[in-house]
Amino acid sequence: MLLRHTPQEITERSALTINPAKTCQPIGAMYAALGIHGCLPHSHGSQGCCAYHRSTLTRHYKEPISAATSSFTEGSSVFGGQANLLQAIETIFTVYDPEIIAIHTTCLSETIGDDLPQIIKKARDEGKAPAGKEVIGAPTPSYVGSHVTGFSNMVKAMANMALPTERKNGKVNIIPGWVEPSDMEEIKRLAATVGVDITLFPDTSGVLNGPLNGEYTMFPKGGVTIAELKNCSAAIGTLALGEWCSADAARLLDTRHKVPCRVLDMPFGLKATDRFIDALRTVGGTTVPEEISYERGQLVDLISDMHQYFYHKRVALAGDPDQLIALTEFLVSIDMCPVHLVTGTPGKRFEKRIRDITRDMPFPVNVRAKGDMFLLHQWIKNDPVDLIIGNSYCKYIARDEDTPLVRFGFPILDRQGHQYFPTVGYKGGLRLLEKILSALLDRTDRDAPEEKFELVF
Amino acid sequence: MATAKKKIVQWEPTDIKAELLQRYPAKVARKRAKQIMINEAHGSAPPPEIVANVRTIPGIITMRGCTYAGCKGVIMGPTSDIVNLVHGPIGCSFYAWLTRRNQTSAGGDNHENFIPYALSTDMQDSDIIFGGEKKLAAAIQEAYDLFHPKAIAVFATCPVGLIGDDIHTVAKRMKDKLGDCNVFAFSCEGYKGVSQSAGHHIANNQVFTHVVGKSDRLKTDKYKINLLGEYNIGGDGFEIDRILKKCGITNIATFSGNSTYDQFASANQADLSCVMCHRSINYVADMLEVKYGIPWIKVNFIGAAATAKSLRKIAQYFGDPELTAQVEAVIAEEMPEVEAARLDVLPRTEGKKAMLFVGGSRAHHYQELFKEMGMKVLSAGYEFAHRDDYEGRQVLPNLKVDADSRNIEEIEVEPDPHLYKPRKSAEEMQALVAGGYEFKDYDGLNADMDQGTIIIDDLNQYEAEKLVELLKPDLFCAGIKEKFSIQKLGIPMKQLHSYDSGGPYAGFKGAVNFYREIDRLVNSRVWGLMKAPWQEHPELSATYVWE
Repeated sequence: MLLRHTPQEITERSALTINPAKTCQPIGAMYAALGIHGCLPHSHGSQGCCAYHRSTLTRHYKEPISAATSSFTEGSSVFGGQANLLQAIETIFTVYDPEIIAIHTTCLSETIGDDLPQIIKKARDEGKAPAGKEVIGAPTPSYVGSHVTGFSNMVKAMANMALPTERKNGKVNIIPGWVEPSDMEEIKRLAATVGVDITLFPDTSGVLNGPLNGEYTMFPKGGVTIAELKNCSAAIGTLALGEWCSADAARLLDTRHKVPCRVLDMPFGLKATDRFIDALRTVGGTTVPEEISYERGQLVDLISDMHQYFYHKRVALAGDPDQLIALTEFLVSIDMCPVHLVTGTPGKRFEKRIRDITRDMPFPVNVRAKGDMFLLHQWIKNDPVDLIIGNSYCKYIARDEDTPLVRFGFPILDRQGHQYFPTVGYKGGLRLLEKILSALLDRTDRDAPEEKFELVF
Repeated sequence: MATAKKKIVQWEPTDIKAELLQRYPAKVARKRAKQIMINEAHGSAPPPEIVANVRTIPGIITMRGCTYAGCKGVIMGPTSDIVNLVHGPIGCSFYAWLTRRNQTSAGGDNHENFIPYALSTDMQDSDIIFGGEKKLAAAIQEAYDLFHPKAIAVFATCPVGLIGDDIHTVAKRMKDKLGDCNVFAFSCEGYKGVSQSAGHHIANNQVFTHVVGKSDRLKTDKYKINLLGEYNIGGDGFEIDRILKKCGITNIATFSGNSTYDQFASANQADLSCVMCHRSINYVADMLEVKYGIPWIKVNFIGAAATAKSLRKIAQYFGDPELTAQVEAVIAEEMPEVEAARLDVLPRTEGKKAMLFVGGSRAHHYQELFKEMGMKVLSAGYEFAHRDDYEGRQVLPNLKVDADSRNIEEIEVEPDPHLYKPRKSAEEMQALVAGGYEFKDYDGLNADMDQGTIIIDDLNQYEAEKLVELLKPDLFCAGIKEKFSIQKLGIPMKQLHSYDSGGPYAGFKGAVNFYREIDRLVNSRVWGLMKAPWQEHPELSATYVWE
């Protein structure tokens, strides 16, 4: 047993987190910043954070993740990191020449109280940031929220780049939330198919799923451009996908530039995708083409074809709130039973949303925001499940409890595909169901006695 | 940047250095110039100096990590029966959770294995404001109640030092309260020092102070050694232990791959310390010698020839013909398979060129394996080694501790009044030294590299790309952060931290694994697939007429 010290009996813990279902803010900010074209993320803290965040993102995407750091020493930790950041800005523009530096902070610089806007202004005044180049900043204290909060804070800083404008440009802003590059691609395809002209930010497609062709550029073609960000105030509306990831940025555009916004769930599964497409159609003033309805019908077809294998299967889930909410709704809609859910990210609304979605379920449901995977494992021990859905760390629980696992969320460190194949939209729904079915039926095949071993399902 | 494209053969080392520096702002260029050196032949002239273990240039995109990573991630992480509790916001604990491949077979008393657990106090803003000591004490209690470990180690992260949480007092109080659990703490805040290196030092000091010598179990085996600075990445330590056991040598304590609390606590009973990774563990080696009288030697189990040499060195120390015979028998038995694998890959690896930029020791150790494969190392360097790792320990008296590292504690140890015992008489030691035996000695990386090769400390992203562009190596060795940018350039990249999920690479079986792995990498067909036919021959020479 890999997790042999996890007891079945649950004791409440007040101070100790074990096997977290979250990580800290700056990595989310780094990921979001990579979705800006020509952007070098910068970590204002000691360099260990930056090394860890780059490594984790690299292990997940199997792609280079460039980011710089202020490399605090003990001196700067006591007297402030302004000199480090000014030097970093100069070095970065001279050596790496990005279009924009997107700075986030760590628990170190936040505890010290470094004033990012002031330092950025000083860098401009002193000419360390050349004309025509941008520097933005987002405070991302690691002791507040989670990586999701950090993502949201950087997306908000991106929205903060929007310039005042009188003119509408007929476009719709879509803030996709923390989804894979493949998901961002799929959202763009869906919008194009529905005939809505969008600005997607952040957009890591083309940045974190690039080709191998003998060339390397630190700043690939993908990413939302600075011009697009400056102009997202001219949009006719914003669709924010995911309350935790995207709502703050959308509300900023609403209050500051009167761009009306709607906060939707992330489009995982049938119903959330329905609502997304419907909202897109309404705000964009278009009609949904037959092509999309056809894709939807394919997903319903698969659900009906395979319903017997989904029906009342018990599922445990760990992950981030926006993803889990949409996924839980999807599972319930195909008559699966999400029975244990944890997210490490705080927010009471998570528990309430899950309770609402699972209200009519024939099983009791355990749900916890600010929970951890140790607790999830204990719940599973007390009340076993047929399937676990979560990131790679869940494989330890899956092996110990001999339970099938579908990898979903962040980080996935031990499998491929997530950066290339979407899980949002109807197409993504098909892929999710294919993965769930494979996991369940592989298990059926493995466990079946010879006389019950079936060729056809 | 417009530079005339020269052919590889025309690049002189000085040109390359100039190329690496020319894009930098003047101040940065001056600093980097001292950390990039062209290796010279070692003869009568004093070898060139390199600047190392100095602060990182902000914004340069360094490969370096922090003190916490060096302490918790590297040294203390691999021990299976100590519960590691990180005092800080969640990230530091999360990122060090199972991401270094220090394998463990959980050999503790009750087969405890806490390695798959990440424990954290998950500090919140209220802890930053009001202090986190109470939460830390409660977390220690909860960890104890759940796991009943024999020891709990507490690790500080960046904000802990700033807000003034006194983790050592909390640890002491909880140790007294719990009674049967040793609780000790590490002030390894990420901003200390300039790299992981400070964390090694802090870990060495605390593990030596709080654990070494605390076991009363008597180790009575023959030929007792400690293996210091071996972290069992990909099972390296398993392979070394297999060989040692076969030779009849007893490894009492590995610092710290696949280790247990009792191993650390018994390390004072060994008769010889063998140092693999000099950078991370030389402090413990020295302290074991001063306090308990255990001499130390440098060994290297990376490379088949190096492994044989190290085994002979250990046998020579004990000076027992029976052991010597057994060591020779083991080498004779193991080598044919290694040699067969080597000769198999040699025609495909010979003459290939490699670059190695790894933490604080592997950029040196792995050169043995490349030599065995007939490969040439064009350039190498460390992230965080000190001058002695480059130039050899003879420079130690001349090293100055700069302002950034001054606050890393140096602890003074003295001969233990009860446990100190010279392992050999002064005459015996002198006789060994007179016969060319080297105690407490390490010649460093530079001495093993050819004249004209380029040695670079704290290599950054820009320099890595530039080196590859200019020198076009057949293989680049570094870590996960570098891997994919190098591979995008069409250059095979081998991770020498994680081994790309492979290994072991140490010892005899490890050498065979490594030969095959490098053969696979440098001869992989994938590098020939990068261009589509229409990219290789874009000109339209004829049009087809479909029949």
